[in-house]
Amino acid sequence: MVDPSPAERRGIIRDGLGIGLATGLYGVSFGAVSVAAGLSVLQTCALSLVMFTGASQFAFVGVAAAGGAPLSAALTALMLGTRNTLYGLKLAPLLGFRGWRRPATAHLVIDESTAMSVTRDSPAAARIGFLSTGLAVFVLWNLFTFLGAIAGNLIGDPRDYGLDAAVGAAFLALLWPRLADPRNRVIAVCAAAVALGAVPVTAAGVPVLVAGGVALLAGLLTPTASDATEIPGR
Amino acid sequence: MTWVAILGAGVGCYLLKLAGVSLPARVLEHALVERVADLIPVALLAALVAVQVFATGTRLTLDARAAGLAVAAVALVLRAPFLVVVFAAALTAALLRLVFPGW
Repeated sequence: MVDPSPAERRGIIRDGLGIGLATGLYGVSFGAVSVAAGLSVLQTCALSLVMFTGASQFAFVGVAAAGGAPLSAALTALMLGTRNTLYGLKLAPLLGFRGWRRPATAHLVIDESTAMSVTRDSPAAARIGFLSTGLAVFVLWNLFTFLGAIAGNLIGDPRDYGLDAAVGAAFLALLWPRLADPRNRVIAVCAAAVALGAVPVTAAGVPVLVAGGVALLAGLLTPTASDATEIPGR
Repeated sequence: MTWVAILGAGVGCYLLKLAGVSLPARVLEHALVERVADLIPVALLAALVAVQVFATGTRLTLDARAAGLAVAAVALVLRAPFLVVVFAAALTAALLRLVFPGW
């Protein structure tokens, strides 16, 4: 447990900014997809500011685009957001934030900031990794969401640009690292099959929630589990 | 109504993060919590892929989105970064529709 040297600090901050830029850039695709789904620029920006967790945001606009009820969109986003609760549980003892710092920094608990801090060997280094990555992603994600939403409004029919196909690809990219686990591959296939089976017989948005039931059922039925707080693909 | 859903789900997502950094770490040791929480993102993301690509409203469909998804999968196998994956899928669907309008 040694405090990081100045050079080490700079390295951690540089990594954080790099991740922030890469992640922020895909805020463009979120902004464009969201206005294509029928949300206004203001609503799109509100999602990035207040929700600030990419998978939940894509899920929300995805369900909305399919014609799902706002409640279905919200429930799907919340179910995906439970992931961040686990990250928080893992991060809290490591970062050691107390008092007002805890609610103030909680908003930055996302995939990227978690990945950039759980591997550090001192609380000081973990905090630098967490804050530099979290803040860089927050600022750039919101900026690029706005730019993407503006651009999305200007281009006309989003289907001409294949933006509807981009959403499925985005979800697949988010899912991909988790498919390294054979059990997860089985769950994924079952959930996809159940969701498609539910499409003709339920309202839009509901099939995805039904698939969430597959996860619940599988959790109850399977005896062993891998580390839930493991950041996939890192 | 959309605003209520956006703000409700947004604040809810924040509270889920806050719960994580506030709850005692031993919650994680509860085996069922850990298993289910591990599986939920997998099931939801897989369902979202399926529905986004193969459904239009309450109908099952096969169109240019499926080709986009196939290209995205190839890009992921080749370890392409996120933006490349998404862009390749969009480009594939856009080009196909240019050749076969309405597909």
